[in-house]
Amino acid sequence: MIEVAGLNKAYQTQKVVDQVSFQLKGAGVTAIIGPNGAGKSTLLGLISRLQRPDEGWVRVDELDVHHCAGDRLAQTLAILRQENQISTRLTVEDLVSFGRYPYSKGRINEQDQFKIEQALAFLDLLGLRHRYLDELSGGQRQRAYIAMVLCQDTRYLLLDEPLNNLDMKHAVGIMKLLRRAADEMGKQVILVLHDINFAASYADCILAMKEGQLVYMGSPEAVITPEIMQDLYDLDMTIQQIQGKPVAFYYR
Amino acid sequence: MTRSTVHTNPFYSLRWLSGVALLALLAMLSMMVGVMDLSLTHLTDEATQVLLISRIPRTLAVMLTGISLAVAGMVMQMLARNRFVEPSTTGTLESALLGMLVMTLFAPGLGVLSKTLIATAFAMVGSLIFMLLLRSIPLRSTVMVPLVGIMFSSVVAAVATFIAYRFNLLQSLANWTNGDFSVLLRGRYELLWVTLICAVLAYLYADRFTLAGMGRSFTTNLGMNYALVLFTGLLLVSMIAAITVTTAGVVPFLGLVVPNVVSLMMGDNLRRSLPWVALLGAGFMLFCDLLSRLLRYPYEVPVGTVMGVIGSVFFIYLLLKRTQPSHV
Repeated sequence: MIEVAGLNKAYQTQKVVDQVSFQLKGAGVTAIIGPNGAGKSTLLGLISRLQRPDEGWVRVDELDVHHCAGDRLAQTLAILRQENQISTRLTVEDLVSFGRYPYSKGRINEQDQFKIEQALAFLDLLGLRHRYLDELSGGQRQRAYIAMVLCQDTRYLLLDEPLNNLDMKHAVGIMKLLRRAADEMGKQVILVLHDINFAASYADCILAMKEGQLVYMGSPEAVITPEIMQDLYDLDMTIQQIQGKPVAFYYR
Repeated sequence: MTRSTVHTNPFYSLRWLSGVALLALLAMLSMMVGVMDLSLTHLTDEATQVLLISRIPRTLAVMLTGISLAVAGMVMQMLARNRFVEPSTTGTLESALLGMLVMTLFAPGLGVLSKTLIATAFAMVGSLIFMLLLRSIPLRSTVMVPLVGIMFSSVVAAVATFIAYRFNLLQSLANWTNGDFSVLLRGRYELLWVTLICAVLAYLYADRFTLAGMGRSFTTNLGMNYALVLFTGLLLVSMIAAITVTTAGVVPFLGLVVPNVVSLMMGDNLRRSLPWVALLGAGFMLFCDLLSRLLRYPYEVPVGTVMGVIGSVFFIYLLLKRTQPSHV
């Protein structure tokens, strides 16, 4: 269970995350949506201890995220951020192996090796394992990063805009994978998404943020409605059910 | 290949063994070259003296400097997350020089060891300032980082020059700033062994430095204290910079060229590549030192000059090759 209570974070006088509290239980996919500058990435950063809150606390399975040992938390929660600059030449296999670091501290044993193979296979990377990251396409690289956090074998998986720079095919591929990770491996996936239709068709729960505050929270059917979208994005949207999921049309 | 290539021992491969053999050959050659002809098959007393007092210490000093500067360059490149930095383009070396100068002024009686420690502290402060400068550059383009480093280094060097000028110490400063191994006799190079310890420590920390190269979020996600990794790395680099500068002087480009060549050869997993960085560093340094002794035989060209000429050509090549993306 993830518990967030009274989180506040400000840069200078600008409040980026404002009194956010919520609880998430059970496996599944949770999407954080909202306009630019709503504080989505910062919230993810705070939950994953990459950033410190000014006030409030975060507990993940009873662990106080900002005060527990780093390697202990690294076995419970994994975070993947958008890294746009890669200056390090690592092979896909090197990268994925580093996912075992919280357990192995650099000495890979049989079980670590098994997990590495499993993650490589799950993301269809076996044929690319000896390629360098800087030789891969954006989609392949994103898959390699996700393989690494999967290999970390944590119950909680946090991803900051994992679909950035991906074409439709790869975006769908990644979302299907994350759905499978939740359903088959019992993981709890929390991700920031820009595309509300992706959120609506893959997430179990949607958190909607605006101006640093958590304004709506619920199932896709409850959150993706014309009224809420109008409030959130200041856009008129037509929302229809397609294959049992709400789909928003907002392009004109 | 089913076993992970990440953590297998690199020391038993054929490539590695032939590399070591080649290095040994260079080292032998280095011990033979000098004003006095030496034949290793029958040694006179005088020849033994020359070997023990001058030739062996010099060869060792050259190798130790090569190893540690190359390793320091690699670690610095990981920490700064940029391929084009090394201690002489991050203000580290210049700050160490400034430290030496200040100590010569205010505590000339102090031993070499204490002076070096103070120089290390200066180097550390310099490197930290550089890292802070990097943090405040919003757009970290590949070429911006070394440019900022070079500017910062020049500022520190200018301060050092000014102080040296005011206190008539320009001569000492010039001695330090141009790498020269001809003065490293027995009793004057031994401090360099400490740099080997630093290099070995860097190897023990290899995984952490590799991860630091992937960024703060990455390191933190895997449960490590990023600030601690950064601090440890900068400390090792500063120590190496300070010691090499006080004993051998400034040797430019080595810390830039060798890590880049190794990175192109086998990537940046330091657990695997750092031994190669050390080997190539020692080899390249020996080669340049041999050249410096043979070019105007029996006189010497300073090794820093030789390295500067060869290294800068290499550097331009790397700059052209590595600033264009390898994929579209």
